[in-house]
Amino acid sequence: METLTQTTVEFDLAEKPVRELNQELHNPTATNYKVLNPRGEHSVAVGINDPIEVEIEGDVGYYCAGMHQHGTVTVNGMAGPGVAENMMSGTVHIKGHASQSAGATAHGGLLIIEGNASTRCGISLKGGDIVVKGNMGSKSAFMAQAGRIVVCGDAGEDIGDSIFEARLYIRGEVASLGADCVRKEMREEHREELVQLLKDAGMEEEANDEAYVDSFTRYGSARTLYNF
Amino acid sequence: MCGIAGIHLRDESLVPQLGSLMHAMVEGIEVRGPDSAGVAIYGDRERLPEDYSSVSVLNAPENLKELVSEKLPDADVTTEDFADTTFVRAKVKSVELSKVVAEVAPEAISIGTGDDSVVYKGVGNPLDLRETYRLADATGWQGVIHTRLATESAVDAEGAHPYTAGTGLSIVHNGSFANHATIRRELQDEGVEFNSENDTEVAARYIAYRMKEKGEDLHTAIEALSETFDGFYTLLVTTEDSFAVVRDEYACKPVIIAEHPQWVAMASEFQAIAHLPGIEDAKIFEPGPKKVYTWKR
Repeated sequence: METLTQTTVEFDLAEKPVRELNQELHNPTATNYKVLNPRGEHSVAVGINDPIEVEIEGDVGYYCAGMHQHGTVTVNGMAGPGVAENMMSGTVHIKGHASQSAGATAHGGLLIIEGNASTRCGISLKGGDIVVKGNMGSKSAFMAQAGRIVVCGDAGEDIGDSIFEARLYIRGEVASLGADCVRKEMREEHREELVQLLKDAGMEEEANDEAYVDSFTRYGSARTLYNF
Repeated sequence: MCGIAGIHLRDESLVPQLGSLMHAMVEGIEVRGPDSAGVAIYGDRERLPEDYSSVSVLNAPENLKELVSEKLPDADVTTEDFADTTFVRAKVKSVELSKVVAEVAPEAISIGTGDDSVVYKGVGNPLDLRETYRLADATGWQGVIHTRLATESAVDAEGAHPYTAGTGLSIVHNGSFANHATIRRELQDEGVEFNSENDTEVAARYIAYRMKEKGEDLHTAIEALSETFDGFYTLLVTTEDSFAVVRDEYACKPVIIAEHPQWVAMASEFQAIAHLPGIEDAKIFEPGPKKVYTWKR
């Protein structure tokens, strides 16, 4: 991408289809985009590959910001299944709740969910980071290989089943842990990375509150199900 | 893939708006099931005045009204066609009306019987069918919509949802059951009759059987279903006083519930309920695996 001067382009999905939006975002002519009237459309802002900022004014359907790289996508609404699926880098920020499989297989980048994340959040996570400010649903972090998941609320059943080396920091109750996922000691290096993740997610006040940080528990693999 | 959506009103003042709310809900799930669509509407006093009952059938003979009237001369019998459905209404209890319809038109397939509910289903695009069903004009306290994309049987009216059993029990399903044939045989051994080969009908008959023969309430009967049925499912089960949602233990068929002081709604996709009044204040959540959620009037 050539260096662009800072400009904001509005794109109204009530007037133009998602495909046109995504083609524009794949060859951006501006640094900032505002997407209006998404009305639950699927595949909004999929495949961004440049350091652009996209703000979506409303709720999105399936696979929003999938395969995301370098840019920042903010959804001022809810996200359907598979938001930020296979994200590689950059930031995806959901102001409402996110449906199932949020951040699935993400290799990098940061997914911030202000509300709750549903089932299978961070399934097969491969190095991305996810911060859920609300609760997270069952079967999340299934076979998660690398990366970190922070949950400020409660988590559902079978968390971290068959987990590899991803690290989970959960503040509230966990309904149950999946096979080979165990509670782990929170050492200084873990505390530091948790504080950094909270800061990255815009939770400066909480990150500086020792009692708040202390109230998290770390979970990870017991390493009895895999051998390398 | 199928689309399901339903709304259960808690505030009587919204009763006149039920149809317009449902009409817009169809748009959010149309893409999930463009083959066929069906609805169940509870408490529409214009379609079904007090003391009247309804029987909806497929494959009705043309002179069904005359045939039923002969048997029930004082019951103010009327019929009306809605796509593939013929809707019969009379001023008798539904048990009596359904018996008469079955007797005079044995070739007709009953798809719904109600003292407070009506059912229509048929083949076609849901956006067209909602007009055929005059959905925008509906009133009432509860409504259900299903849009079908057939995967395991033919695109025909018999395969469209809702499936019903007994009086006013309706079920819509996104998914498929693996062991329905076994359960069907077990129920048949107990004397339960079926009128399609569809897997969802087995679930409807099973719940009705548990409630009638075992005296279980809806919640308990659905818990029994989730222990007995194998497969992938999100179900919305409604009766003439209740609204219930359940998913299988893997919870992979999408569904979202919104609970508001004035109403409870569920849908396969959020966009189907995004227009509901007060949605921004509703408690919105995805139901957990194998948990039964019920709301009673």
